[in-house]
Amino acid sequence: MTFPDRQISQRPVATNASVSLVSDPMEVRHALEELLDQLAPLHMADEELGSVELVVAEALNNIVEHAYLGRDDGRIELHWVLSGNGLHIRITDNGVPMPEGRIPLHPDQSPKDHAALVPEGGFGWFLIGGLAHNIVYRRDRGRNVLSFRLAVALD
Amino acid sequence: MNLTSERIGDCLIIRVGEPRIDAAVAIRFKDRMRDLTADAATRTVLDLSEVDFIDSSGLGAIVASMKQMPDGVSLDLSGLMPNVEKVFRLTRMDTVFTIHQSAESALQDRAC
Repeated sequence: MTFPDRQISQRPVATNASVSLVSDPMEVRHALEELLDQLAPLHMADEELGSVELVVAEALNNIVEHAYLGRDDGRIELHWVLSGNGLHIRITDNGVPMPEGRIPLHPDQSPKDHAALVPEGGFGWFLIGGLAHNIVYRRDRGRNVLSFRLAVALD
Repeated sequence: MNLTSERIGDCLIIRVGEPRIDAAVAIRFKDRMRDLTADAATRTVLDLSEVDFIDSSGLGAIVASMKQMPDGVSLDLSGLMPNVEKVFRLTRMDTVFTIHQSAESALQDRAC
């Protein structure tokens, strides 16, 4: 015997999904919209969604600018999984590796209060590092694989 | 890139009529700011109250806009929405800019 009402109410919310895009700034915008649509049923706070959007935007912009060097036809795949300790995101691309094979995080990137010393760039990894956890970059069979966790949607 | 400017007394208010300043528009934003501030008064306020998302490229463009201001002209900010405020706070750029709650309060803070 089936209980149609119950089946509908118990249908689980998707806790993982993917987004594909090519390396173009407008595609990044659309991919972020798609990701936020996928996350909407999880009822995260606006502040959390804002952090997810920002970190993913920075990671994707880095790939467009640095891995694909401005080429607009490079493939980028994003996959996310929600687990007990947050949202795990993995992003892969076929572009050039990171310089020296590692994430260019600068520990001494403290903005100066003298305007002339304030950098105009390099904020991206600073934001990713400030909001994400377990950030791992690896080169795997000619692809860049970046994964990280955002401590959002926690009970 | 929808940027509009209004001169109120000695003060130039530039309002950003876009929901995002991101990598897709950062260069256009910076160029437009250069045009609008070329003959700026002593104080210029960039009102971001309609912007709900900026990324590091957008932040870089705002910082570049501040650096390219004519001599003796400061660039203040107003109306930072939560996601925008977060980017300024995390990068500590909130210590580099004077940030007002709104364009109106910026005008009241100092007569101009």
